Amino acid sequence: MRLDVDNLACRRSGRRIFAGLTFALEPGGALAVTGRNGAGKSSLLAILCGRLRPDAGRITVVGVGEATLPECLHAVGHRDGLKSALTAGENLTFARDLLGAARLTPRDALERMGLGHAHDLPVAYLSAGQRRRVALARLLVCARPLWLLDEPTAALDVASQEVLARLMAEHRAGGGLVIAATHQALGLTDAMELRIEPSGGEPAPPADEGLEDWT
Amino acid sequence: MTRAILALLARDLRLASRVGGSGALSLVFFLMIVALVPFALGPDLNLLSRIGPAILWLSAVLATLIGLDRLFQADEEDGSLDLMTAAPVPLEGVVLAKVVAHWLTTGLPLTLASPLFGLLVALDGTAMASTAATLAVGTPALSFIGAVGAALTASIRRGGLILAVLVLPLMIPTLIFGVSAAQAATGGTVPFLVPLAVLAGLTLIAAVVGTVAAAAALRWPE
Repeated sequence: MRLDVDNLACRRSGRRIFAGLTFALEPGGALAVTGRNGAGKSSLLAILCGRLRPDAGRITVVGVGEATLPECLHAVGHRDGLKSALTAGENLTFARDLLGAARLTPRDALERMGLGHAHDLPVAYLSAGQRRRVALARLLVCARPLWLLDEPTAALDVASQEVLARLMAEHRAGGGLVIAATHQALGLTDAMELRIEPSGGEPAPPADEGLEDWT
Repeated sequence: MTRAILALLARDLRLASRVGGSGALSLVFFLMIVALVPFALGPDLNLLSRIGPAILWLSAVLATLIGLDRLFQADEEDGSLDLMTAAPVPLEGVVLAKVVAHWLTTGLPLTLASPLFGLLVALDGTAMASTAATLAVGTPALSFIGAVGAALTASIRRGGLILAVLVLPLMIPTLIFGVSAAQAATGGTVPFLVPLAVLAGLTLIAAVVGTVAAAAALRWPE
């Protein structure tokens, strides 16, 4: 799929968060959204998710048939969307049945995230980092072309960050798209950077030299 | 789409059966209110059996409110609602699945238990059967009306009280026709089926309006 965002503006509670945001993502592309705290990184992701109405601008998706943008994406954010009372396996089975387009089984997806032993454990027993890994395992149980990641490495240890980097590389190699809001280098090679400036400033032009140097 | 709705229904039923679920709680709350009334009114069996259907209906309305405040709020807080927005199902389908799950865990147990609890307020067989029948027809309306309030207060912390203030007035028509149908069965000038048909109509209207309104409230929280 191809994603075009044109002149997007966001307003929350009457206050303008950002304006004039324009970018395009080709298959296999990645976008790192950066900016100071409160610049509107999460708001941008919320607009893409369909949870927030844009103030102006247009979002176009090409090459997914009839599906709407929210139906083409996976979102993993601060709120992990897991039910504490259910086991990790039950949470993933529910996500797979709800979202459709099943790929890996929940057990295999958890194995990939190094959490195979947690399949039958209630999520309430897991640590913050383990919960985040269960939420990331959702990316693997259903196939969706666009991954929206909000601070995906928060609470993750170094080994898991490497697993995540590898997953994102595989996803992009298969023609998938990744948009990540982050303060840290994620190991996204050749990613464009979109810096959201306060009070509706122009976004920085895409930088092609990778993201190793902007931590 | 059906698969997603069934998955949602199964998940909510499973959650209600786990620790912290509100399934059994509303039934116990129902029992509490019904049991308190005879203590308050005294052992006047004629009075109790006359107002019995009204007491059962009032208790059912209040017991429906238990767990209603968490209907969407719990999913809003932990991000599950974002997951549901991304599902290939319109939000109306999500609301429908969650309300049906809510009714299966509160309205249906209340209906099934009402003949038993009718003993506490000295109902005879006919009154028990008619009250249970009206509850079966009317409690879905309570769940659907409540869902609108639950969707509006989903992002408000401690919105339970606001929810009650919002939805209780909207439940008045259901309460009126529920009680009058239950009482029409044991005597009176109106045949049983007339208020029951109005009650069924109210439930159908609530099912449509409630589903659409709750989905609209969830769609754009700001």
